[in-house]
Amino acid sequence: MGLKQKIAETQVWRSIFRHGYPSTPRNRALAALSNVFLHLHPVKARKSGIRLSFTWCMGGITFFLFLLETLTGVLLMFYYRPTIEYAYNDIIALREHVPLGIMRELHRWGAHMMVLAVWLHMLRVFLTGSYKPPREFNWNIGVILLLLTLLLSFTGYLLPWDQLAIWAITVGSNMARAHPFIGHEGPGASLLAVGDVNLVTPATDIRFGLLAGRFVGAATLLRFYVLHCVALPLAAGLLMAVHFWRVRKDGGISGPM
Amino acid sequence: MEGIKNLVNALSAPIPYTIIMAGGFGLLMWKLRTLTQPRVLWALAALIAVGFVAGAQDPDFLKIISKGDNMPIVIMIFAILGTLGWGLRQASVNDMRMEKGLPPREAEESNKKVLVWPDLVYAEFICTVLLSAIFIAWSIAVEAPLEEPASGTRAPNPAKAPWYFLGLQEMLVYFDPWLAGVVFPGLIVVGLMVIPYIDINPRGNGYYTFKERPFAIGMFLFGFLVLWVALVILGTFLRGPNWNFFGPFEYWDPHKIEPLVNVNLSEIIWVQWFNTRMPDQALLREAPGILLILGYFMIMPALLAVTVLKKFFNEMGFARYSILVMLLLCMAALPIKMVLRWTINLKYVVAIPEWFFNI
Repeated sequence: MGLKQKIAETQVWRSIFRHGYPSTPRNRALAALSNVFLHLHPVKARKSGIRLSFTWCMGGITFFLFLLETLTGVLLMFYYRPTIEYAYNDIIALREHVPLGIMRELHRWGAHMMVLAVWLHMLRVFLTGSYKPPREFNWNIGVILLLLTLLLSFTGYLLPWDQLAIWAITVGSNMARAHPFIGHEGPGASLLAVGDVNLVTPATDIRFGLLAGRFVGAATLLRFYVLHCVALPLAAGLLMAVHFWRVRKDGGISGPM
Repeated sequence: MEGIKNLVNALSAPIPYTIIMAGGFGLLMWKLRTLTQPRVLWALAALIAVGFVAGAQDPDFLKIISKGDNMPIVIMIFAILGTLGWGLRQASVNDMRMEKGLPPREAEESNKKVLVWPDLVYAEFICTVLLSAIFIAWSIAVEAPLEEPASGTRAPNPAKAPWYFLGLQEMLVYFDPWLAGVVFPGLIVVGLMVIPYIDINPRGNGYYTFKERPFAIGMFLFGFLVLWVALVILGTFLRGPNWNFFGPFEYWDPHKIEPLVNVNLSEIIWVQWFNTRMPDQALLREAPGILLILGYFMIMPALLAVTVLKKFFNEMGFARYSILVMLLLCMAALPIKMVLRWTINLKYVVAIPEWFFNI
């Protein structure tokens, strides 16, 4: 009996894995089936579907980058305080005091590439017609995940609290001022009035709601921080679970009928 | 050398740039099988790479492309060329197979099922290790950018949105924020979501093909490549202070003056054509533009339904056709407005600044 076999028969191994060493078809099937993470996969998949030339691995890369962002993001949270007194200095400290610190770099380059990976994943899904029945609904989940990815990146942009951050968010959120009806410089804003009192003003419109103020300020920083670190990742995580589940339920990675 | 630089600068101005991009896209659709041959794709990639390396000898160009946050856009150019080329190559191969009566290449293996452990899980593991190594190396080599501390009073010039929104910021040149920043992005999202419900073509489900669904792929790629990616590249590399255009080898001079010569449609019609004063009443003043817009969205769908898109109208039915044609008309609005701006210096078709209602 080999060492592998011996280990696979110890009480500790058997308490964790409910199957033997995955060298037989039965145990390999059980490896995917009896593991909470691996069972996002089906036990078997189309050979054509798992080829790199078919998927470009872009969905997988997106998920990898989400995990990378989560891991590095949690580490960054230990060193960062979302107030205008501390935010910028905390980034400087991170840069100057942490030897070989690359967490911010990993987080930033990973974030840029995640946006790109999502686009390319959608491009692949479109080119292979994989949004067609029965996968219409999952394409829609994917579009929402695209939006969440952009929002995650957008809210994260503000956190270093440098010139790039504050002005990119200012430029990006200025658009909201012009939102029809609910932005104070949007068409139809003047229609929402009670008598002579205008209801849509710089202090009540959609941009105010987004920024928690008339300008990008302390309240915006806190709001974006909470969205970036808690609300949006939770929403994305939830929808990713649905997304992966539906890939399985709709017949796995697509292939010719 | 200066001559080449000046030529590149001139060719990358918004008008020739957009024509080259749209023309290149048209050529790709027309000569798909030739252009997606591996050697053509490699040659194109090499040409772009040589262009970047040679261009980087110029200090102004080097300054733009070596900016940390612009690296993703350089990577994006090659990533899109590689993946899209790869996909469309497989589409061409499948199309040629199907012309001979063979099934698409994927069909040969799609009934062959393999165990996910180890065939897929190991591939994922290798991919994870490789990507980790790449990102760690990248992060050691290039420090994440950090600028001066935030100041609400000193605005940088140019002030740019995050790179993936630069297509929208570029649209601001042609449309007001309520359209470029709210309505059009909203329509992009809605448009993406309705794709599976308005594309009723059952073919091309689960394999690469172009011939079986040329309209769907053509429209999607036109939107993605010409109206999105090309504008992101333009916004990143070719827009400088005051959102003025700067060639790749041009110094970003904040004092560059662009003459403002744009006029509204109402001005052209009342003042230039009829040689009279503009009416005071806003709706009367803008009546020509309003009628034009109404005509565009109400007459064009019917007109298209009995001409170019007749087949679609018959196959899709009223509801699906209406959604499709409205989205297409909105998508076409951007290139139409661009051309009107460049040819007759048109500012707004409908200009009612009193109500923030400019189109």
